[in-house]
Amino acid sequence: MSGSRYDCIVIGAGHNGLTCAAYLARSGRRVLVLEAAEQAGGAAGTREFAPGFRASSCAHLLHLMPGWLLEELRLARHGLKMAAERMPTIALSGTTALRIPMDRDPAVQDLAATDAQAFREYTARMRRLAAALRPLLETVPPRLGSRAWRDRLTLLGLGAKLRLLGRADLRELLRIAGMCVHDLLDEHFESPLLKGALAFDAVLGTNLGPRSPGSVFTLLYRLAAGGGAAASLAQPVGGLGALTEALAQAAASAGAELRFSAPVARVIVTDDSAAGVVLESGERLEAGCVVSSADPRTTFLRLLGAEHLDAGFVRRVAHLRTMGMTAKLHLALERMPQFTALADAAPEGRLVLAPSLAAVERAFNDAKYGKFSAAPLLEVLVPTTVDPGLAPPGRHVLSAVVQYAPYRIAGGWEGQREQFLDTILQTLEAHAPGLRDSVRAAELLTPQDIETQFRISGGNWHHVELALDQFFMVRPLAGAAQYRAPVRGLFLCGAGCHPGGGVMGVAGRNAARQILAQAA
Amino acid sequence: MLIETEPHYRQPLLRSPFHERMRALSQVDSFIPWSGYSTVDVFSTVEQEYFAIRNGASLYDLTPMVKYCITGPDATRFLDRLVTRSVAKVRPGRVAYAVWCDDAGRLIDDGTIFRLGEQEYRLCTGERQLDWLLDSSIGFDVRIAEVTADIAALALQGPCSCWVLKALGLEGIETLAPFEHRTFRVPDRAGAAGTPVMASRTGFTGDLGYELWVDPADAERLWDALMEAGRVRTIRPIGSRALNIARIEAGFLLPNVDFVSSAHTLRNGTARSPLELGLGWCIDFGKGHFTGRRALLEEHARPPRRRLVGLDIEGTKPAHNALIYARRAGHREIGSVTSAAWSPTCKRNIALAMVNAPYFETGRRVWADIYLNRELTWERRMVRARVVERPFFAPARRRALPPADF
Repeated sequence: MSGSRYDCIVIGAGHNGLTCAAYLARSGRRVLVLEAAEQAGGAAGTREFAPGFRASSCAHLLHLMPGWLLEELRLARHGLKMAAERMPTIALSGTTALRIPMDRDPAVQDLAATDAQAFREYTARMRRLAAALRPLLETVPPRLGSRAWRDRLTLLGLGAKLRLLGRADLRELLRIAGMCVHDLLDEHFESPLLKGALAFDAVLGTNLGPRSPGSVFTLLYRLAAGGGAAASLAQPVGGLGALTEALAQAAASAGAELRFSAPVARVIVTDDSAAGVVLESGERLEAGCVVSSADPRTTFLRLLGAEHLDAGFVRRVAHLRTMGMTAKLHLALERMPQFTALADAAPEGRLVLAPSLAAVERAFNDAKYGKFSAAPLLEVLVPTTVDPGLAPPGRHVLSAVVQYAPYRIAGGWEGQREQFLDTILQTLEAHAPGLRDSVRAAELLTPQDIETQFRISGGNWHHVELALDQFFMVRPLAGAAQYRAPVRGLFLCGAGCHPGGGVMGVAGRNAARQILAQAA
Repeated sequence: MLIETEPHYRQPLLRSPFHERMRALSQVDSFIPWSGYSTVDVFSTVEQEYFAIRNGASLYDLTPMVKYCITGPDATRFLDRLVTRSVAKVRPGRVAYAVWCDDAGRLIDDGTIFRLGEQEYRLCTGERQLDWLLDSSIGFDVRIAEVTADIAALALQGPCSCWVLKALGLEGIETLAPFEHRTFRVPDRAGAAGTPVMASRTGFTGDLGYELWVDPADAERLWDALMEAGRVRTIRPIGSRALNIARIEAGFLLPNVDFVSSAHTLRNGTARSPLELGLGWCIDFGKGHFTGRRALLEEHARPPRRRLVGLDIEGTKPAHNALIYARRAGHREIGSVTSAAWSPTCKRNIALAMVNAPYFETGRRVWADIYLNRELTWERRMVRARVVERPFFAPARRRALPPADF
């Protein structure tokens, strides 16, 4: 039954798999996308977690996908609409709210004059650094020691871009790149709430606390990927699933074939080349190349198999840090939650519950020793504020990213999930009294749930933890950093590749470029 | 089994179960370390010991050889991914020499693989490899255990070795073919069941010879019985020095002498590939993937840059560590000697040397720069040398089946 033959088989219909498929199909390749789940999206999907209530499954904000990618794939034409854009961040602590706008010249009210001035300067500098680093994120990492002109030009171009920063900014970049965000923020600000919220952005989705070295790098990464200063925080109508739906449309209209409920068991290797896949159903599908958007550990150790790889490489794959630290909460609410600090106003924007640097560090301390945070940090969204279609009329949805929830928790997640949910609800209740009573249904996804439901080993939404030692030319690891696996014809296009996770799509686009370049 | 009479910090080297016997026979008290064990360098004189290997029967303590027991449903697949040759083709009851490489196709070590059963192997190597074996086992259903101290081993080598084993009562030993292993029984005097001994027709001398593997509890009894059975063939215990001459004659490589394991090299370009070491014959590119295959295929497609070759050198002075030159004037250095010896059997001055292209071609004439210490007066001799095929000595008796009674 292997009558049909494809140029490329893409494993996984998440945003990176679909982006890659769309670009390949646009270039005339016969593409087949295989997805294990019943619909597209992966961790960037929308799910009905309670009858009539829908929420973005994992990521719930769109802020990293570059505008040019949205335009090149004409996602608006394929049905992508935004319910809200340029959403502000509002840091909450008890009765205090601090609105951190994303304007070009951010004026933060409610801040002491010194902090307000410092924030302007800090934001301006971080934006300049982020802008200089941005090309680094969008490029295909060059190979070290390569004599190819393309690799040399890439390095040269990146160097030139950094050089253009000028002496003062370059010095500052070198000074802070390996630093911890705690020290950086302490240098600039007084307000505990401001520092807590900014530190939260640095450690969100990482295994770092504010005092961990390298936490400025993750902040710069977020800013660079977000196009300056997270200017583009956006919420698609219908949740993140609407984005992947549009990507699926884009891929399909370019000629790609999509199959759902078709989990891949393994990659077929013939004569040291990937030649297709075998589905869990036993069906064999052949293709000239195989592109996996699954995480590198899954791709190499499960789908491909260690026997096709060198032992040193496998050892490094096995040692990749892939453990998630972040949980996802979905609440079905009877009514709009009333946050004390917002004085009954509707929560339009991204609410950050990370009251101070110390609170963030303390929350991390628990996780460091294998416990969930006793006072967790939250990024809260009430998506129904701007997109009422996600819930039955008059009802609401609360979606929260919760930190820290270690993948490997002492005693195991079974039995502790309920405790953690209770802890989170207490935190929310403290900020929005009465919220608990209005909860109709709740769903908490721990990293272990994310692992099982989205087939991401470790349940880390970056697939491979984002850190300096797992970045750029060594992401996911040396020997596979150019989207090419050591086995000919096998490519990676997922979040484990440069530039990494978050709903960005650049890895998918870069992988497609490599595949097309190889064939040409 | 360790003989622990003192705390380990007072006794940094382990003692093999043959240690007491060897100490009693050692005339010059020359012990050296090997893989954490104390082992004999010379018993009496190197020459006498060497001639026991080539003209009689020699006994060498092999216990320090590091041994791993590898079992499990994936044992064959695991080993086939580890080493460069095909292990699936090695039938139970057979032994294979094999080498293994890192990802870059650089040699880590060599050793012998004994296939004990469908899913059971023993890997013998000169140095400890557990770290690499465990790394290599990721994704394979296999168990790896170090069993070095659980097995005592002796090499019985020389033209009379088969005769000695027959005299010892190993029934059918003459039917054991090269690279086969089988378990025999050494009958005791009472004629009871006897002591089990695994014998393999393997060795490091290039001569007729066997390696014997026993429970450490039986070690001293086996030693005594061998010495007794071999008395009329003047069996003699030997040390590493005599063995080294024999192995150079046989053209065998010694780790850390003829190559440095890529796990230990620090400098760029000092690790060696099996192709450079003339071990291309034990690479099976067709068997499927193994660690280093892609790198070796790439190297295979390029013209070779250097190769380990045999040298036949003018004169009688061993060319230890000599640099090799293209011309007598000595301007262009083209390689260096890794092992050198005067071969008493071939009556030739032989050496193993790593030589650059194109000088490694057989028959090529080169020059060796030999330094001689004449009562602390150093002399330099630039002598002629010729690239020759290895091995230097390969008697027909090493493969004879059944072996003749010498």
